[in-house]
Amino acid sequence: MKELLGLFITFFKIGLFTFGGGYAMIPLIQKEVVTNKKWLTDADILDIIAIAESTPGPIAVNTATFVGFKTKGVPGALFATFGLVLPSFTIIYIVSFILRQFMEFPAVAYAFAGIRAGVLALILKALISMYKQCPKGVISYIIMFIAFAAVLFTKINVIFVILFCAAVGLVHSLIVSSRKPKGGDEK
Amino acid sequence: MIYLELFFTFLKIGAFTFGGGYAMIPLIQSEVVAKGWMAEEEILNFIAVSESTPGPFAINIATYIGAETGGFFGAVCSTFGVVFPSLVIIILVAKFFTSFKDNRIVKGCMSGLRPTVIGLIASTALTVAISVFLPKDLDFSVFDVYSFVSSLIIFGLAAFLLLSKKKNPILIIAISAVLGIASGYLRTLF
Repeated sequence: MKELLGLFITFFKIGLFTFGGGYAMIPLIQKEVVTNKKWLTDADILDIIAIAESTPGPIAVNTATFVGFKTKGVPGALFATFGLVLPSFTIIYIVSFILRQFMEFPAVAYAFAGIRAGVLALILKALISMYKQCPKGVISYIIMFIAFAAVLFTKINVIFVILFCAAVGLVHSLIVSSRKPKGGDEK
Repeated sequence: MIYLELFFTFLKIGAFTFGGGYAMIPLIQSEVVAKGWMAEEEILNFIAVSESTPGPFAINIATYIGAETGGFFGAVCSTFGVVFPSLVIIILVAKFFTSFKDNRIVKGCMSGLRPTVIGLIASTALTVAISVFLPKDLDFSVFDVYSFVSSLIIFGLAAFLLLSKKKNPILIIAISAVLGIASGYLRTLF
C-alpha cells in the first residue's frame, strides 16, 4: 500500500509540474523514478519511452501506466495513471467554469487572437522537430502527403487515414525486409 | 446518453492518438466539432490553455470538453475514455509482449505512422494558419489588412523566439497574449 501511494504521489507531482506534454515529462520521470525512488533503471526508461511511442495514447499516460505496472502490477498501473491525470483534471475542470465567461471580455478575446498566432509558431516547431526525427524515404514522403491531403481536402475519417498509412508502412517494410536477407531470417 | 457518448468518443481519440497533442487535432476536430461540442476556433484557443496549464494535451482537452458538455460526470467519463486504451494496451504489452518494440509488425506499422503524424501536424498547421491570417472563412471580400499584419508580426516574433532563441512555450504564449491585447486596443483608437 505504501508503494502504491508512493506511485500515486510521484506521478501526481509529475502531472502537476509538466507543461507541454509527454516529452517534457521524461527528465522528471527519470529523476523521480530512477534517481530518487530507484524503482527502475535508466535502460528501463528508454525501453518504456520506445514502447510508449509505438502504442496509441498520450505518451505521458502510457509511461505512467508502464512504470506503475512494472513496479506494482495492475494496481500500480492504476495508481500511477490516476496520479498523473488528477492535477490536469482538477485544474482544467476549474478552468472550464471561467474560460467562456472570460472570453466575453474584449481584452481576453484580443489576447486569444494574439495567442492563436503564437500557437501557430508552436505547431510549426513541433512539425519541424518531428520531421527531423523521421526517417526519410520515398514511401515516407508519399505517406506524409496522403495523410496531409486526405485530412485537408477529403471527408475521409481520420481514423481510416491513420490505419491506411500504418498498413502502407507495414506492407512496405515487410516487402523490403523479405527482399534483403536471402533466407535464414524467414521462418 | 451524453456520458456514454463522451466516453466512447474519447475512447476512440485515445486509441488513435500517436505522436502527441498536435497530431490529435484533426481527429478531435472531426469528432468533436461535428458533434457540436466545440467550435474550431475554441479548439485552437484551447491549445494555448493546455500549453499554459500542466498535464498532457489529451487529458486537458478531454476534461474540458467533458465538463463543458456534461458537467463533472461528463469530465470524468471523457477523461476516463481517453486514458482507457492506454491502460489496457500498455498493461497487455508489459505483461505479454516484452519484445514489443523489436517486433517486425510493430516496427512496420511505426514506419508508416511516423510520416502520418507529420502529415497530420502539417494539416493542423495549415488549418490554424488559415484561421489566424484569414479569419473569415476565406471570404476575401472582408479581408482585414490590420488583423493580417498584426497576426503576421506576432507569429513572426513567436517563431523567432521559439526557433532561434529556444524560448519556453509559456513565454511565447504570454508575449503573444500581450501583443494581441495591445493590437486590439490600438485598433479601437483609430
